[in-house]
Amino acid sequence: MKTVIIKYNAGNVQSVMYALERIGASYLLTDDEAEIRSADKVIFPGVGEASTAMTYLRQRGLDKVIPSLKQPVLGTCVGMQLLCRYSEEGNTTCMGVFDVDVRRFPATPGFKVPHMGWNNLTDLQGPLTKGIIENPYVYFVHSYCADVCPETIAVCDYVRPFSAMLHRDNFYAAQFHAEISGNVGQRILENFLDIDQRS
Amino acid sequence: MSYFAELSGEKRELSEVYYKFLCLTLLFSAQLRETVPSIMLTKRIIPCLDIKDGRTVKGTNFVNLRDAGDPVELGAIYAREGADELVFLDITATVDERKTLIELVRKVAHTVNIPFTVGGGISSIADVSALLNAGADKISINSSAVRNPDLVDELAQEFGSQCIVVAIDTRFVNGEHIVHTHGGRRPTELRTLAWAKEIENRGAGEILLTSMDTDGTKAGFAIELTAQISGAANIPVIASGGAGSMAHFVDVFTTGKADAGLAASIFHFKEIEIPALKRFLSQQGIPMRTTA
Repeated sequence: MKTVIIKYNAGNVQSVMYALERIGASYLLTDDEAEIRSADKVIFPGVGEASTAMTYLRQRGLDKVIPSLKQPVLGTCVGMQLLCRYSEEGNTTCMGVFDVDVRRFPATPGFKVPHMGWNNLTDLQGPLTKGIIENPYVYFVHSYCADVCPETIAVCDYVRPFSAMLHRDNFYAAQFHAEISGNVGQRILENFLDIDQRS
Repeated sequence: MSYFAELSGEKRELSEVYYKFLCLTLLFSAQLRETVPSIMLTKRIIPCLDIKDGRTVKGTNFVNLRDAGDPVELGAIYAREGADELVFLDITATVDERKTLIELVRKVAHTVNIPFTVGGGISSIADVSALLNAGADKISINSSAVRNPDLVDELAQEFGSQCIVVAIDTRFVNGEHIVHTHGGRRPTELRTLAWAKEIENRGAGEILLTSMDTDGTKAGFAIELTAQISGAANIPVIASGGAGSMAHFVDVFTTGKADAGLAASIFHFKEIEIPALKRFLSQQGIPMRTTA
């Protein structure tokens, strides 16, 4: 099986690479369209600022390549946000795979921003959380989030409920960092690599 | 309701009573849900490992450890036991030893599946870049931020606030909390609260607050100071220095308003074991991740 991690200017792909190595999966880190299209699985990670990342993806035509992919794609953190319609961060038009906008957590007494640390998932649906305990804890670091919408397959609550995971056709996304979310995160990555689907 | 229409007499009445009961229960639980704040973000427990030349410095009391000085193995054990994050503090400085540190970070990142922070001797974008590329999730700066506060802005700009921890070593001097550097030996001109606000404004993602007054005493965290800093900052505060009992962690998370509690020797010497600590805190009503 060929797994590709999309290479772009959003940092910290290292921990995704190590997480794949821990579960014995080989991968290729690349921004080459042909390589991405021929992969069985595509991971679109990301840590960083939305508008800078989108500009970089547009310059390389990846903003057209990614939404047109047919194999299972997993966007994580900023990768997930870039797959949504729009992000308040830098007033950015994103790729629009998911029909939802990304907004900053409203300033609320008692809630620090970024939302940083372990929080639990509820309302789990779909193959990625197969075999995972109820209300599992995963690790979040983010200041922006997508609302709950029909494509939500996991909910997290901080200030208000938001989409912790999204799913549409062959596209999956997680707001949290599965790669450093302990055994739960590891299982989610394994489940993604196990998905047998090409739309 | 067509469901009720199909039933008749007593059965129907019973069903309606049951239906009303169900509605009331749902209504009540919804109200209950509103009165209890739905904050499920947990408080974090963070073991800290001091590193010299790629080895843990302070001794440990792990009998099942093949190599008591191996930070990778120790880190993996803590992760398995349910630690929420790890901090590795490098207390060496020479260039050769820095290379050893990078190699160590790579091994830890390979082995450990929870977030970890690396601190000690970091003073440039290049230092941070090397550590993040080796797999560190966050880096921590201390003296270098005091020396050159612009470094905080530069690092946040380059790598994002989420991975920039600023450590503050503080000591109570003549009625004031004063920032210290060089392992708490050298006082600065900076007042702790003002400095905490400044680094937040400059883009720090988290504050690691160590009270040099309580550090090593095992008499409890600096609760008042932690509450003051955590209450004023809109970024998470990790409290450090003074943990000696499970009750101290309760204090620092409740009265102290800390987002995370850090300790070293009490964990290394198994005076407090992480699973037991997290169970205890959870029983005290403190949100904890109790499964690894």
